[in-house]
Amino acid sequence: MKEYLKIERDTEWRVELRSQLKNKERTMRERVVMPGLDPLERIKYQDREVNLGLDEASARAEASRCMDCVNPTCIEGCPVSINIPKFIKNIERGEVLEAAKTLKETSALPAVCGRVCPQEKQCEAQCFYTLKLKKEPVAIGYLERFAADYEQNSGAVSVPETAAKNNIKVAAIGSGPASLSFAGDMAKLGYDVTVFEALHEIGGVLKYGIPEFRLPNRVVDVELESLENMGVKFERNFIVGRTASFDDLKEEGYQAFFVASGAGLPRFMNIPGENYNGILSSNEYLTRVNLMHAAEKEFDTPVLRGKNIAVVGGGNTAMDSVRTAKRLGAERAMIIYRRSREEMPARVEEVLHAEEEGIEFLNLTNPVEYFADENGRVNRMRVQKMELGEPDASGRRRPVVVEGSEYDIPVDVVVVAIGVSPNPLVPSELPELKVSRWGTIEVDPETMQSSIPELFAGGDIVRGGATVILAMGDGRKAAAGMNNYLQGKLKEQATEASGN
Amino acid sequence: MARVPPDFTKTLLFLTCQIRLKNKNSDLTMYQIVEKESFSEKVVKLVVHAPRIARARKPGHFIILRIDEQGERIPLTIAQADKNAGTITLVVQKVGVSSTRLCEMNPGDSILDLVGPLGKATHIHQAGTILACGGGVGIAPLLPIVEGFKKAGNRVVTVLAARSKDLIILEDEIRQWSDEVIIMTDDGSYGNKGLVTTGAEEVINREQIDECVAIGPAVMMKFTALLTKKYNIPTQASLNAVMVDGTGMCGACRANVGGETKFTCIDGPEFDAHKIDFDELIQRLGGYMAEEKEAWEQANG
Ligand SMILES: Cc1cc2nc3c(=O)[nH]c(=O)nc-3n(C[C@H](O)[C@H](O)[C@H](O)COP(=O)(O)OP(=O)(O)OC[C@H]3O[C@@H](n4cnc5c(N)ncnc54)[C@H](O)[C@@H]3O)c2cc1C
Ligand SMILES: Cc1cc2nc3c(=O)[nH]c(=O)nc-3n(C[C@H](O)[C@H](O)[C@H](O)COP(=O)(O)OP(=O)(O)OC[C@H]3O[C@@H](n4cnc5c(N)ncnc54)[C@H](O)[C@@H]3O)c2cc1C
Ligand code: SF4
Ligand code: FES
Repeated sequence: MKEYLKIERDTEWRVELRSQLKNKERTMRERVVMPGLDPLERIKYQDREVNLGLDEASARAEASRCMDCVNPTCIEGCPVSINIPKFIKNIERGEVLEAAKTLKETSALPAVCGRVCPQEKQCEAQCFYTLKLKKEPVAIGYLERFAADYEQNSGAVSVPETAAKNNIKVAAIGSGPASLSFAGDMAKLGYDVTVFEALHEIGGVLKYGIPEFRLPNRVVDVELESLENMGVKFERNFIVGRTASFDDLKEEGYQAFFVASGAGLPRFMNIPGENYNGILSSNEYLTRVNLMHAAEKEFDTPVLRGKNIAVVGGGNTAMDSVRTAKRLGAERAMIIYRRSREEMPARVEEVLHAEEEGIEFLNLTNPVEYFADENGRVNRMRVQKMELGEPDASGRRRPVVVEGSEYDIPVDVVVVAIGVSPNPLVPSELPELKVSRWGTIEVDPETMQSSIPELFAGGDIVRGGATVILAMGDGRKAAAGMNNYLQGKLKEQATEASGN
Repeated sequence: MARVPPDFTKTLLFLTCQIRLKNKNSDLTMYQIVEKESFSEKVVKLVVHAPRIARARKPGHFIILRIDEQGERIPLTIAQADKNAGTITLVVQKVGVSSTRLCEMNPGDSILDLVGPLGKATHIHQAGTILACGGGVGIAPLLPIVEGFKKAGNRVVTVLAARSKDLIILEDEIRQWSDEVIIMTDDGSYGNKGLVTTGAEEVINREQIDECVAIGPAVMMKFTALLTKKYNIPTQASLNAVMVDGTGMCGACRANVGGETKFTCIDGPEFDAHKIDFDELIQRLGGYMAEEKEAWEQANG
């Protein structure tokens, strides 16, 4: 790996590019600012993307900040080890399509990851600027998005070369980022891949969860189209384990399975009054709005609107929900979070955007009970103040109750976004499958193979709630693992046959 | 390169729509309505082509469908299935926008999305004598359960109840699998005058009942459960909670069963009726009342 990076770094054009500008000058340049829609304007639309993306000139200027380090620590921060300096230097020299190609060597969905990865905790946290210069890192995420969008918009989206068809049928279960990257890799290897999805839309959380103001559907659709062009088949409205069992699918010729059924099961707090009307999970809220288009007049599905909407939690799901509430007309849209801003698991950019949009943050605050009107509709929530104590197992400081600090807040909708548990559908159909105490599927971390040899798994069903990029990385690992497994089996069969 | 021009975005959108259409057309006969029968002005039977579901379903299972792009996802019980013909039978009562739109569909029309079988199957076993209570459109989901228990060698006594004669549905089909059928109507227009509980109590007083199943409006199930509790008869009720995905993903269908929060779509729909908090269920069913009314007014001008 190191060797390979060095060889690439020594290619003539990179050497030449480095000599064009002194590092001193590079480090003097200011980090680019992402152009975005005006906060007061954008909160009127659920489907207008907030970040507009860089233009070519500012992308190339930003790319010139990168020093093409001898020891590119940024790559270590990337869960799939994208060759970051290589793609950035390609942007700097104006070879944007080459940059996109570099991204695709390792990442199946760069246009998605460029938008939703927590870069400030990954690559950008490990950038030389952050680590040593104490300056703002190279905007790796913005540049990734720029290169990927450029390719999508150029109409030159290359259909990756696929090996000759080997007519081996394999199934991917779920259609989130893990499955999509798995399907792409398997199709390239010549497999006959079918993706089964329980819902009526392909994309998993990318479609039903993350709102369009952060990740437009068309960005995902371009990727789906390219998978279809590679021969990947999609079966919607199909719950594996229900619509057909694993045995049925084996009978139909499927040789191996990749389970990426996600962490769909929403958690509640189990506090008094939580089942009153008007209190719902973020999954329900976001699904109604994103998947069922409940906010649009022509669609039948309803969504609760309110003046005072409280969202409980501090992750991406909470930010997406509270910003959706604002867009659906809430006068007061608030985050109720039991720790402080520093501990929030949400992407920093989302918290900033939420603040710009007038979201209220009631940090170090926790709900304890809900109250309702005579129709059972929530109208008030009781919260208590918290303070931070000793760090817990996760390294974050544990919130402790401040005694006697309870007070009430008027609310008419409450969205609970405190996390999800693994989807139990697949494990419940396969009693012999090894699962952890938390209901996640146990796999070999290298091959993603489960306790059932022909069944591989990855993404949130293995990790609990994780990230798009980790899910995607799992999909690629599983594809490699499954390919080895199936090819090994073929060889065995061949030797057995010749031995007879 | 400049930013994406807006009309380019439109082209892309258009292109992706085309792709969806292409996919949908390739399985044109999927979820096509092959037969329709009106039981009354408000209740319609639809036979729908869905071969995989017809093969996989068991009594107690349901499906979720979406009529078209604009439609909502609504849950409906699989009343009957024909594996050979690859069809399932749905019985739908008009209560709001989606059920009414569905009832207005005709043979040859196709439902856009239909997924299942969902839920846990009824625990069918040899118990002795079963008292089956069905109210209104709840008679439809009761049918496969009555059939299952009869085939498992039980004596089955069924009480069907509705507001009036024309709301008593599937009577012949139910009779086929029951040893005895008692009909109750609120207005006395058919069978005996009175509520389902009146009929049920008569049976309980008359003979040994080993188990009871109740399906119908929440209020009807609530009072049936109170009755059987009095006589200590184990009772299952099938909850008609509000649902969105039906796969355990949203929690819209949560219900309080024995003090625990359960998801009707994956843990149910049938639960121990004596543990269900019916008052909460009834309250939750009204959760989107105002919004549904608005959708209704929208749809009806
Ligand atoms: C609102 C929200 C915002 C988020 N924001 C971010 C972010 O900004 N950055 C980030 O990195 N991560 C984010 N995440 C997390 C990220 O989306 C997930 O980690 C990722 O999508 C997991 O991918 P996956 O492939 O494992 O499964 P999912 O995307 O969860 O997809 C699983 C799919 O499987 C289907 N399925 C389940 N069971 C079956 C079955 N038996 N048969 C057929 N289909 C089945 C489900 O319907 C679902 O569509 C967010 C999550 C949410 C909910
Ligand atoms: C597991 C399950 C199985 C079901 N099986 C059948 C079936 O076989 N046949 C059938 O006709 N219906 C069945 N239902 C009920 C059916 O799903 C609802 O009637 C339907 O969703 C209503 O949609 P709508 O848009 O027409 O009405 P809406 O506009 O959504 O509602 C109109 C009115 O009906 C009330 N309502 C809404 N949902 C329900 C509900 N689930 N139960 C009772 N009242 C409700 C609302 O409060 C409102 O007042 C089942 C429900 C569940 C959960
Ligand atoms: S660490 Fe930062 S400056 Fe160095 S190669 Fe990576 S992105 Fe460029
Ligand atoms: S319908 Fe969404 S969890 Fe049951």
